[in-house]
Amino acid sequence: MIPLRPGRLWLLGSLTAVLLPPLLRLPPWFTAYCFALLGWRSAIDLRGWPLPRRRLHLPLTLAGIGAVLLGYRTLFGPDAGLALLSVMLCLKLLELRSLRDAMLIIFLGWFLVAGVFLVVEPSILLGGYLLLTVLLLTAALIALNHPVTQTGPPRFYLQLAATLLLQALPIMFFLFLLFPRLPGPLWHVPQNPNLGRTGMADHMSPGSIARLADSEEVAFRVQFEGKIPPASQLYWRGPVLWTTDGHRWDRLRGAATPWFSQPASHEALGQEVRYALTLEPNSERWLFALELPATVPHGFDLTADFQLLQRRKLNARQRFELAAHTRYRTPPLSEEERRLSLQLPEGRNPRSHALARQWSTLAPAQIVQTALALFREQPYWYTRQPPLLGSEAMDEFLFDSRRGFCEHYAAAFVTLMRGAGVPARVVTGYQGGEHNPLADYLIVRQSHAHAWAEVWLAQEGWQRVDPTAVLPPTRVEAESDQQRFRSTNPLLLDRGQSWLTRNLARLRYGWDALDNGWNLWVLGYNNLRQEELLGRLGLLRFGWQGVVAVMLATTATTLGVVLLRLLLQGRSQSEPVLRLYARYCRKLARIGLSRAPHEGPAAFARRAAQARPDLALKIAEISELYIGLRYGHADNESTLPRLRAAVQRFQPPTNAR
Amino acid sequence: MPLTMHQRFSLARFLRGPGPETGPVLLDRHRVYILPTRQGLLLGAVLIAILLGAINYDNALAFALVFLLAGLSVVSILHTWHNLLGLRVETGRCPEVFAGGEARFTIGLRNETRQTRPAMALILPDGTETVLDLPPGLHWTTLSRSAPRRGRTALGRFQLATRFPLGLFRAWSPLELAMGCLVYPAPAPPTPLPSGRFGTIGSGGAQGLGHDDFTALRPYQTGDSLRQVYWKAVARGQGMHSKQFAGEAAQELWLAWDLLPGLPTEDRLAHLCRWVLEADEAGLAYGLRLPERIIPPGSGPAQRSQCLEALALHGEQP
Repeated sequence: MIPLRPGRLWLLGSLTAVLLPPLLRLPPWFTAYCFALLGWRSAIDLRGWPLPRRRLHLPLTLAGIGAVLLGYRTLFGPDAGLALLSVMLCLKLLELRSLRDAMLIIFLGWFLVAGVFLVVEPSILLGGYLLLTVLLLTAALIALNHPVTQTGPPRFYLQLAATLLLQALPIMFFLFLLFPRLPGPLWHVPQNPNLGRTGMADHMSPGSIARLADSEEVAFRVQFEGKIPPASQLYWRGPVLWTTDGHRWDRLRGAATPWFSQPASHEALGQEVRYALTLEPNSERWLFALELPATVPHGFDLTADFQLLQRRKLNARQRFELAAHTRYRTPPLSEEERRLSLQLPEGRNPRSHALARQWSTLAPAQIVQTALALFREQPYWYTRQPPLLGSEAMDEFLFDSRRGFCEHYAAAFVTLMRGAGVPARVVTGYQGGEHNPLADYLIVRQSHAHAWAEVWLAQEGWQRVDPTAVLPPTRVEAESDQQRFRSTNPLLLDRGQSWLTRNLARLRYGWDALDNGWNLWVLGYNNLRQEELLGRLGLLRFGWQGVVAVMLATTATTLGVVLLRLLLQGRSQSEPVLRLYARYCRKLARIGLSRAPHEGPAAFARRAAQARPDLALKIAEISELYIGLRYGHADNESTLPRLRAAVQRFQPPTNAR
Repeated sequence: MPLTMHQRFSLARFLRGPGPETGPVLLDRHRVYILPTRQGLLLGAVLIAILLGAINYDNALAFALVFLLAGLSVVSILHTWHNLLGLRVETGRCPEVFAGGEARFTIGLRNETRQTRPAMALILPDGTETVLDLPPGLHWTTLSRSAPRRGRTALGRFQLATRFPLGLFRAWSPLELAMGCLVYPAPAPPTPLPSGRFGTIGSGGAQGLGHDDFTALRPYQTGDSLRQVYWKAVARGQGMHSKQFAGEAAQELWLAWDLLPGLPTEDRLAHLCRWVLEADEAGLAYGLRLPERIIPPGSGPAQRSQCLEALALHGEQP
């Protein structure tokens, strides 16, 4: 048994703290089982319960493994592995006997923190919390290795742990920046299923975008070089939808037509807009580039309808340097493209078709204006809770319910255009974005998901038309929809905000800027970022050997500083005593009484007192204090000031009276 | 103290230290060694496992954790080493004991820094370990080892070691101080003091003086019987004095080797030891006669320890 109650309490406390994040993710019965084991252990330590008998170990272990199997159907993989590690840690705690066991548990606690990092991608808050648990585990390790009964206060262990970690921090920093990162995995990595659950789908049916409207989750962040373009140009292009059954819209598959895989091209009519986009992990392959993309990043394909698709999906946060042309002209329509952009399901939505056919004699640009005027002037409403639509969805929306979200308006508009003979298609993606004034970048959230339309006009080529944007703000049904509607409508942004709202917004933006930095520089620091940074610092000129040499040199320097600090703070406490005595000897030397090198302080005092009886009392006092401090048990706190005062007062006159 | 290469890397120096030393020993950087403990190596394996995971999953935070913990371990080397470095070890007293008892060696540990040196372990060759915290200043601690046989017994080699703060590394310094403890023979069961012509020289009480008829006073010494104290002087505030009787000088008791024929050496020594103790208790003046040494009669603590020392070292080369 280890005679270490305080150490064991530290162990128990820090372990509970480190187990919390994984346990709260696990199924409740599993969490309950682990907490029961932890409770048992605290009863052992606090109430003096006996350790469980040896024959109980096997059933307890089997129960733990069973719980993992029940929850995950496997023992392998990050999630099940984390669960297994958690339960094994609790079980190991129950059979804790020696210091060796206790230290092993601390190491496994650290390992568990790494496990959490591998399974979830922690936010700053969780990262900070886990750093705190590392501190607690370190303090526990110190307490365990301090098996003396008169232990210091808990603050002592925490302070020492914090000191050690602070001294290790520069080493971590240099290794983190400079340790060569490999581009690929060492062995197969299963895709992390916990990332990017919500996001844009590759098809659209009424209600599919409204589903995202509530989500404040960040889709991506954008930093522009120079001024941010006006909100009316901030259309982030995602899936382009061509085919419909009258209800649901789908994109073209690569195999559908040879035309589709031809490289896209367009003619720029204005300056290029350059920006960097950081895409949050999601489950789809789109890069939501500003319309229209002028560059194709490595590993991506640009389709004929200007979608940027990743060849191999990486389920990680990615950063891209991109460029766009916000004013453009596309080349003439091919036969195949015209056919695809005019097709409508046979016999569906007859009333819409009839309406569109009435317009087909007009010029295409007029047809567009007529349809937009219909939405603007007739009582069409903007709402997130539109009535459910049946099989003739477009007819029901256009003529009966007249209530819908952006996907309704985009789909209905494209249906009308195609019915009137104007080539058209639906584009989904994001629109607008929240400007973070503190760090000057744009946050695009899932709630910015949007659907709009494109029509082909003979002079201009494909042109964007956003039918939702023509609705007047008075026809927004619910107050909660106002904000979303406003953000699609650039004129209404930032009007009439109270002081509180403004400051809350500032706080939120500050936090998001921090989060963005964390994502970019901590979570997203991979081999590409490393090469970029080292290139910018000029370190790559010397090759990787040079980088490793710098890494070792900086680490050694850190250690040197730590050592110097240790040696300085641990400087002998007798030093002030020696200094004072030397000063006293100098004063005596001035009147001709020098201390011989072999002469002890007592002998010197005797000789000096004989030579100068007038000083004998003072010499005796100083020598006694000095001898007491240097060789005896004299208390440093109280005696040292007395010695200092005595030496200061000691002013031997040159001539004896 | 510069060392030659040969000395610096000598295994004996590493394991045993420089041999018996007298006086204060400063544990400087030449004699404080440090190596990872088994737990330290285990943590190394754990860190390699996390590093492999971090590389494979390209997980930045796992990298950061490995580097933080690696930094922590390396920093702890300095702290552990520094915990022992600069400690001054001083030799203290080791009071004499009787065989069968425990020899207690007092060792002074002087911490000249301003910080406490926590969890310092003193380890004897038999594995007994004393762990203590050393605040600034001088601390006396006692190391005990059993003393089964009479004679001079040495403390032997011991270690000062520490694993504080993290237990991943262990700094140690082998030490051998020139300290010996005198072990007296174990006294035999009480036996009456010898009497008669073998035991005494001269005759007591010839002048017929009673206990009150003392002839002189001398300052009280530890070991004097309380019956001899001249209490009247104490009552007058003149201090403790012992009465000296006229016959005392003549009452000489000889404790002689020859008084115990036929017994084995150690038994003889045991009996003599008991007699010395009893004679001393009774406040008698006594002399000791051993084959190789004669101690003239006397009394008091000095006489007692002189006699006991002679018994302890009987037969040993001086």
